[in-house]
Amino acid sequence: MKPNLPNAEALLSDLAIQLKPLIKPETALVGIHSGGVWLLDRLLPILGADIPHGVLDVSFYRDDFQQRGLHTEPKPSQINFDVKDRHIILVDDVFYTGRTIRAAMNELFDYGRPASISLAVLVNRGGRELPIAPQISTYEIDLPINSNLQLLRKEDGSFYLQLEESV
Amino acid sequence: MRNPQLTSDGKLKHLLTIDGLPRNILNQILDTAESFVGVAEREVKKVPLLRGKTVCNIFFENSTRTRTTFEIAAKRLSADVINLNVNTSSQAKGETIMDTIDNLTAMHADMFVIRHAQSGAAHFIAQHVEPHIHVINAGDGRHAHPTQGLLDVFTVRRYKPDMHNLRVAIIGDVLHSRVARSEIHALTTLGVPEVRVIAPKTLLPAHVEKLGVHVYHDMKEGLKDVDVIMMLRLQNERMNGALLPSAQEYFKCFGLTQEKLAYAKPDAIVMHPGPMNRGVEIDSAVADGSQSVILPQVTYGIAVRMAVMSILAGNS
Repeated sequence: MKPNLPNAEALLSDLAIQLKPLIKPETALVGIHSGGVWLLDRLLPILGADIPHGVLDVSFYRDDFQQRGLHTEPKPSQINFDVKDRHIILVDDVFYTGRTIRAAMNELFDYGRPASISLAVLVNRGGRELPIAPQISTYEIDLPINSNLQLLRKEDGSFYLQLEESV
Repeated sequence: MRNPQLTSDGKLKHLLTIDGLPRNILNQILDTAESFVGVAEREVKKVPLLRGKTVCNIFFENSTRTRTTFEIAAKRLSADVINLNVNTSSQAKGETIMDTIDNLTAMHADMFVIRHAQSGAAHFIAQHVEPHIHVINAGDGRHAHPTQGLLDVFTVRRYKPDMHNLRVAIIGDVLHSRVARSEIHALTTLGVPEVRVIAPKTLLPAHVEKLGVHVYHDMKEGLKDVDVIMMLRLQNERMNGALLPSAQEYFKCFGLTQEKLAYAKPDAIVMHPGPMNRGVEIDSAVADGSQSVILPQVTYGIAVRMAVMSILAGNS
């Protein structure tokens, strides 16, 4: 039986509330393609559009390149602020194995040495394979490994979560 | 017959020529290159994609720019790079091409970048290497120079993103130019509606219009309303033979000067694959002028070669 999924728009509001007290002058927000970038686009007007921010596509840092090659079309990463000594908050939609976050951290360090990196996600779905965990997650659920939880966007731009049982 | 560059499921295995490659593969390379442009602007100009792989640049013919940019591209992908120049290698002692390749394969090379004066050399090598090895043609005779064609269309796309609404003129020694062939195939595959060649009759191959280009012998007519000007290098050895009377006369008729540039659209860009013969095919004032994108071509060449190598390495 499929679990009932929470309303993604409500989770987004919750995420903004939890992030607000963490924003300091030296904070920067970085969204991970593609869900994290969508979230960032909605969070910035709430948290402050002048917060330094950027986007990462971790295609060139993934640990499954040997097996799968460049299986998704990479989008350019854009970090237009000085990473050195920043407190960076990575933003992503779903936290699963932790491998994407490992790749994102490796990429960030190629821009400079941040003071700290933390992670904020909408959903922590369990199943991590590395000693990496989100500091902020607005919803936690244990999903079987053969399922795929995705953040999607309707035509009007509003978010929803979709669970697919993959074979 | 199956395209020898593609795997059985249609992915790029070797890059030998742009001729016959589908538009989606060209776009995949150009879009991936877009992501590599930013890597060069970071503190650490490297990504770990080809870590542990060995790339061999085998140049049976001289080149500085192409070999250097392939080397930089491979190094920025974290590969180990070996450069072999033919005049210092065992080829000079009589070893055959395939013996050289087999020896490098025995040293666990993963990718070969080949330049050779003979058309078809890279094809030949690609057909005979072990199945896990990828081959990139870095220029073979008069046949093809696919990464140059790709970096040229990448440069065009960066300055003139609406490829479906462009007039492009390729000027000079089309007859001997592998660059021109690769440019023509890349432009027409990507849907550029009007590609022109401008050259004296002696420097055009027979039936060149079958490649889908419009032929002009006069700069004033050929450059009218053009958005992109691609100059070709006039090789020194052509200048005093039967094909051309003299370098001075060539410059007078076909050399790109500010005056002739004015026939094109005011925002036209000027490209050249290098090395330039200043005062023969291009005037210094144009080469160094505000419409020149010759140095950005070199920079983009690295990103495009990184894209090609990483796509090939991922299609094993």
